[in-house]
Parts: sequence; C-alpha cells; structure tokens
Amino acid sequence: MNLGAATYVRRKLTDRIVRSLCVLGTVIALIPLASVLYYVVSRGIGGINLDFFTELPKPVGESGGGMGNALVGTLKLVGLAGLFGIPPGVLAGIYLAEFGASKFGGAVRFAADVMSGVPSITVGIFVYSLVVVTTKQFSALAGGIALAILMLPMVTRTTEELLKLVPESLREAALGLGVPKWRATLRIMLRTALPGIAVGVMLSVARVAGETAPLLFTASNNSFWSTGVMDQEASLPVNIYTKAISPYEDWHRQAWAAALVLLMTLLILNVTARFLVRTRVRAR
Amino acid sequence: MAFGREANIGDLAFRRITALFAASVIVLLVWVAIEMGIASKLSLAHFGLGFVTARDWDPVRDHYGALPFIFGTVVSSILALCISVPISLGIAIYLSELAHPKLRTPMGFLVELLAAVPSVVYGLWGIFALAPWLRETVEPLLARTLGFLPLFQGNHQGFGMLAGGIILAIMITPTISSVSREVLRAVPAALREGAIGLGATRWEVVRVAVLPYAKSGLVGATILGLGRALGETMAITMLIGNRSEISISLFAPSYTMASVIANEFTEATGQLYLSALAEIGLLLFFVTVTLNVFARLLVWRVGKLPEGGRL
Repeated sequence: MNLGAATYVRRKLTDRIVRSLCVLGTVIALIPLASVLYYVVSRGIGGINLDFFTELPKPVGESGGGMGNALVGTLKLVGLAGLFGIPPGVLAGIYLAEFGASKFGGAVRFAADVMSGVPSITVGIFVYSLVVVTTKQFSALAGGIALAILMLPMVTRTTEELLKLVPESLREAALGLGVPKWRATLRIMLRTALPGIAVGVMLSVARVAGETAPLLFTASNNSFWSTGVMDQEASLPVNIYTKAISPYEDWHRQAWAAALVLLMTLLILNVTARFLVRTRVRAR
Repeated sequence: MAFGREANIGDLAFRRITALFAASVIVLLVWVAIEMGIASKLSLAHFGLGFVTARDWDPVRDHYGALPFIFGTVVSSILALCISVPISLGIAIYLSELAHPKLRTPMGFLVELLAAVPSVVYGLWGIFALAPWLRETVEPLLARTLGFLPLFQGNHQGFGMLAGGIILAIMITPTISSVSREVLRAVPAALREGAIGLGATRWEVVRVAVLPYAKSGLVGATILGLGRALGETMAITMLIGNRSEISISLFAPSYTMASVIANEFTEATGQLYLSALAEIGLLLFFVTVTLNVFARLLVWRVGKLPEGGRL
C-alpha cells in the first residue's frame, strides 16, 4: 500500500515538473520577441520624424536625411511582386482545389511545399543569372520577380485551402441553375472564398516585404530616387542591413528607425489578418 | 456525366489555363535547379568533388574550397537545433495538450509572431543587443563554469558561432513548434482517451499515447526547422563574424554558405569566383530541397496513419 502511495506521489511530481518545463519553454521562446520589440521601439522612435519619410539619405558625416526612397522602393518592389506573384498563384490554387485530386495535383502541391522551403538567397542567384545578367543591370524589376517567386507557393496553397472551405452546396446550386462549371467556380466559389484569400495574400505580402537576401543582388540599393522599374532600387530591409553593419552612429539610428517602421507595418498586417480570420470563423 | 462535364468549351479552357499555372510551380522549381547548375558549371568542372573538401578560399589565386562554409553552416544549424528542439517540443505539447483552451489561440499567435519578424531585424537586434550580452555575460560565465571543454575557450567577442546558433534557434522555433503542434493535433483523440481511462496523468498521456504516434511527424518538423536554419542568411551573416576558419570553439567567428554568397556575390569579379559562389548556392539548394522532401513525407505520414497505428 505504502509503495503504491509513493509511486502515486512520484507520478504526480513528474507530471508537475514536465508541465512546468513546457510552460517554461514557451516563456523562454517569447523573451526574444519581447526584447526585439523593446529594442526596436526604444531605439527607433528617436529617428522617426517627417524627414525620415520624405528625404533622401545624407552622405556620411552630414546629419539628418531620411529613407524616403527606400520606403517608396519597398512599396514598389512589393507591388511588382504582387503583380507577378498573386495572379498565377491564385490560378494555380484554383486548379489544385478544383482538379487537384490527380497525381499531377499532388505533384504540384508537393512542389509548392518544397519550394517554400528553398532558401531565399538561392532565388536571388536564380533571378540574378536570369534577369540581371540578361538586362546587364540591377533593377526593381529583378527584385520584384525574386519576391514574386517567393510569394507564389504561399499564394497557391492559401488559395487552395480557402477554396476547399467553401461548401459544395453553393456550387451545386449554381450548377443546378445551368451555370457552366468554370463560371460557378469563378463567380460563386472564388467570390465566397475571396475575403479569406485576401487575408492569406496579405500575409504572404507581409512575409516577402521583410526579405533582404534575395534583393541584395537583384534590386541592389540606391541612394537616390529611382525612376521606372529598370533602375536600381533602395528598400527598407537592404538599408537596415547596410546601415546596421556600418560603423557610423548616425546610420545605426536610421537603421533602428527603419526597423521600427518595417516591423510595425508587418506586425499590424499580421494582427489584422489574424483578427479578420477569427471574426470570419466565428461568424460561420 | 463525363462527357457532360467536358463538353463545355469554357470548362475545358478553364481547366487547361489553371493547369498551366499549376504546372508553372513545378517548372519553376526545376528551372531554379537547372539555372543554378548552369551558373556553377565552370566551378563544377574546375574543382570537381574537391570543392567540398578544400579549405582555402582565395580569390586572389582564384582557388576555391567550400569546407569552412559547410562546417560553419552545419555546426551553427546543429547548435540551433540543440537549443530549439526541446523548447519547441515544450511549446507544442503545452499548446496542444496542456494549455487552457482560452489561452491556446493567443499564445500560439504570439509564438507565430516570432516568424513575422524579418531576418534583418533579428540581425540588427543581434548586433546591438544579443552580441554585447553574450560578450559581457554569457561567454564569461560559460568559460568559468565549462571552460575545461575546448568548446568554451578563446576570446569573448560576442560575434561568432554561439551568437549565430542562438539567432538561428530563435528563428526556427516558430517553424518547429507550429508544425509539431499540427502533428500532435492529428493524433486521434481515442488514443488519449484510452490512456486517461487507464488513470494516466497528463504527462503520461503525452508520453505513452501521443508522442509514440506522432514520432515521425515530430522528426519531420525538426528536419523542416533544420532546412530553414541551413538556408537562413541575413541574421546569421550579421552575427557569425564572417571569417572562414574552422575552430572548435563556439566563441570563435565562423562563416556560413549563405553568408559568403550574400557578402561576396556582388563583388565577385572573376568568372570562376562567381561560379564558385553559385556552386555553394547549388549545394544549399539541393540539401534544403532534399531535407524538405524528406520532412514533408514524414509529416504527411502522421495524418495518414490508420487509427491507432504504430510506426
């Protein structure tokens, strides 16, 4: 009897210990997040002023200046990425949701998953030898293509998954009215899934907006305003990198300010996306 | 039924067009592989297999060997796994088995936010927060307590293998923990109920019923994390010290495959130099693709196992 009680105590104790370890692990994982947020906000806030958003960077030694060109550059690059990445991704996702039960569909799904694990820097090399070497210059176009390639698998899989959530009865109702299948898919299924897909696309935009490695040798960097898409293009992430590894105090301040703007934008996108998804799920 | 569906010309065109775009995903993956192969042709022909075992990286003499970078990549990634796997498993178990249902969603979201922070911001934080902390506090402490091991000897610089491993661990934790959580969720409830019915404590339920079933999926999650760590570029470039030396000390600076590409690709002047960098990229591509294929197969298996099946 005594032995049984001892075992019981030991089992209870193990249970307690392991459970606290699990909680501890979760807390430890969140410490860097809190620390990153604290540092970015406390060091970045001082560098935020009107000049930061509108001015060009000043040469070393002159104080002041901003990152207006990098802000516009990031918007431009992300816009190009969306242009090249979202439509093919959505169409590929429609294929997977509608006709993807085949072996070919499985292969596409698998390729998309594998592709999302490919290091972004290798995509940079790919676009470099494909676009930069051919056009003989770094350009916003090349940067946009590199980001689009990173977006494609994410958009494809999100579209597929959200289309599959739409109840089949909606399609059946449309088909019963004599609507051709393709119109039922586009007008009924896609339209119903559209808000969800938009959220997914927003998340993939947020993901590529912070990418640095594939831009280093595609869009490169630029200290001035760029014109068109065939010019070298500045971006926030690349500027954070070059300024962070520089030895100048003033540039560090700018790097923190740029990090604050970038991080806050991405966090707001993420939180909004999460909130939209939750209200939609609850409404259902 | 069959001819009724395909008879509509619009339907047929719709199917063909979307199939074309779906195929583009596969085409792109193959294309990246081929293009990188072409870019590294010169180096492949020039150095052959010796490329991965040679230790000198000398642009002046135009002689390139990738061993220091392979070493740095592998060791920093393994270090990252050693730190991240126990923590990620703890998170996954906590979030799927232990946490109050009301806490699960917000906590899970916070962990996923770790993945929303861009790599370059982790690098910035690493330079100004993590590296000084390691230099002033952690490395002296490790040297004092475990200094008899060659792992913890040498100068305290902050920047080096330890900093690289820690930053990678932070960045792969959301990947490993969220995939593990999905895997644990796929474990049939009947297994848990069986263990509870036998009087198991909550940890015993996890140990006896959940973990054995989820084992292969958890290994898959770890390999996915490894794939991310190997290919991660910016944060580790900013923290690992970028010196192509092979040292056993974790305090010593090192260099990774992705970092050398990021640092030298735009400055590479000679054809052979550029080609050697592209070959490093090719190696990285093939290793990460192989790991990903392997990991996805493992993760998929858990979802497909027969009810109550063992591995």
